[in-house]
Amino acid sequence: MADELAKYREALADGNPADLLEVKGESLWAEKRGPKNASLEQCDMGLGPGKLEGAYASLPKYFKDTNKVMDVESRLVHCMMTLQGFTQEEVTKNWYSKPGKESDIEALVTFIGAKSNGMKINVPATHPEEAKMAKMGEYIFYRRSGPQDFSCSICHGQEGKRIRLQDLGNLTTKEGAGFAMKTWPSYRVSQGAVWTMQRRLIDCMRQARWPEPNYLADSIIALETYLQKNATGTVMETPGIKR
Amino acid sequence: MGNPMKIRAASKDGVTEVKVLISHEMETGQRKDAAGAIVPAWFITELTAKHGDKVVLSSEFGSSVSKNPYLAFKFKGGAKGEKVIVSWKDNKGDTRTDEAAIG
Amino acid sequence: MNNQRRTVLKSGSGAALLGMLAAAGIITPGMALADWNKAAFDAKSMADTLKALGAGQPADSKDVQVTGPDIAENGAVVPVGVASTLPNVSMVAILIEKNPNALAASFVLPEGTEANVQTRVKMGQTSNVYALVKSDGKFFMATKEIKVTLGGCGG
Ligand code: HEC
Repeated sequence: MADELAKYREALADGNPADLLEVKGESLWAEKRGPKNASLEQCDMGLGPGKLEGAYASLPKYFKDTNKVMDVESRLVHCMMTLQGFTQEEVTKNWYSKPGKESDIEALVTFIGAKSNGMKINVPATHPEEAKMAKMGEYIFYRRSGPQDFSCSICHGQEGKRIRLQDLGNLTTKEGAGFAMKTWPSYRVSQGAVWTMQRRLIDCMRQARWPEPNYLADSIIALETYLQKNATGTVMETPGIKR
Repeated sequence: MGNPMKIRAASKDGVTEVKVLISHEMETGQRKDAAGAIVPAWFITELTAKHGDKVVLSSEFGSSVSKNPYLAFKFKGGAKGEKVIVSWKDNKGDTRTDEAAIG
Repeated sequence: MNNQRRTVLKSGSGAALLGMLAAAGIITPGMALADWNKAAFDAKSMADTLKALGAGQPADSKDVQVTGPDIAENGAVVPVGVASTLPNVSMVAILIEKNPNALAASFVLPEGTEANVQTRVKMGQTSNVYALVKSDGKFFMATKEIKVTLGGCGG
């Protein structure tokens, strides 16, 4: 049965519907939009204006101009606001897609992610602000809370844990975190949509029966910093495709 | 209308393999939305692929073809640089045509 | 499209008539000029679908194959295909016995196109999947069970 499942996953990987979003994201990136009628081509994702190769793989990261550690999504929203003149409300209204309602953020993140395909995740978190975020992420990962007293580590902190057919990797090791993080953003077959890491983590918090944080909340960026730090050195394979 | 398709066409040993990925909801007409109302059927009904002027595949889809349809097939002939053109039409009358060069 | 409808469309005067037909529920907008085989796609059972395709009772053939994995992690996307080594294949189709409408897709293959087509379909549950092939004017079939594991939690 494991063989046939592998065959199934392989069959889906060739012709990942996320590729459609990547194409769309590419044109959204270059299109002049918003009150300032500007493209995103001058957006600095951490490697300099317009430099996208490897940018996703090295986020989250500390940005001087905002004095904040930002992930790919918070930085993208920042660029859409500052370069294109959109309000935060306009940009984040459809931060994820619903049937019949597409999300620009999903498309753009898929495109930006694909620009790091084949590159190593590189989030050493050496800047003091980054180190602080990674520590906070680690703390959140192990902290039990909510009505069920769940923590991320209960589901993701040991080897060989499974929920039905899903292997849940150990996100505290380089191997486990790398195996997960390298594939995001990912097309989720069960949802018929690409999920960004923000969406993945917010949904896991829901599963842990924790109060759901807001989109772009610091707690999410902290978890991302912690997980990307664990995964550092793993080669990106994105966009992924998952159950 | 709709988003662009992704078409890949590669020729090898005199045979061209075509892989098409289409952006479409493919609603069955049996799904209910959050408010409990039926989401109307909305799906691609026909798809035609041409190599230059010659039709190499014509297909009819029902609503049980998956969201974001995928299609792969092979035809004899086709040289690098020549065009493969794919068109679809859905039950609302929407159509879209995209093309790719054989690689 | 049946002959009667085609005659009506030919003799009618364009949009107004199409609108009328649409309002009467005879056709849906945009489908008026299509050759889409509504009877076959609306058929529920295997037998009715085969009849609507003009396939009668196809013979089982070892030279026809349902391609793709035996198991699908998610019924929303099940990779399936049809392949055949029979001569002069002019049409292939994919049928899913336990879906509300059995016919998923049909393909007309002009000369030069190989009898090897892959697509992805939705399956509500584990079911027999049939590959139908028209070779030298005769219909042949093959079947395979594909298991669907809906995969539990993890939303
Ligand atoms: C109740 C169990 C549970 C809890 C608690 C939980 N998760 Fe998850 N998590 C899952 C499941 C199930 C999946 C999806 C696995 C699948 O479908 O393949 C998942 C997926 C993930 C993934 C993607 C893994 C991959 O391979 O791509 C990440 C990252 C993740 N969770 C992080 C977290 C974090 C961080 C927390 C704490 C906020 C958390 N999870 C809490 C069950 C849980």
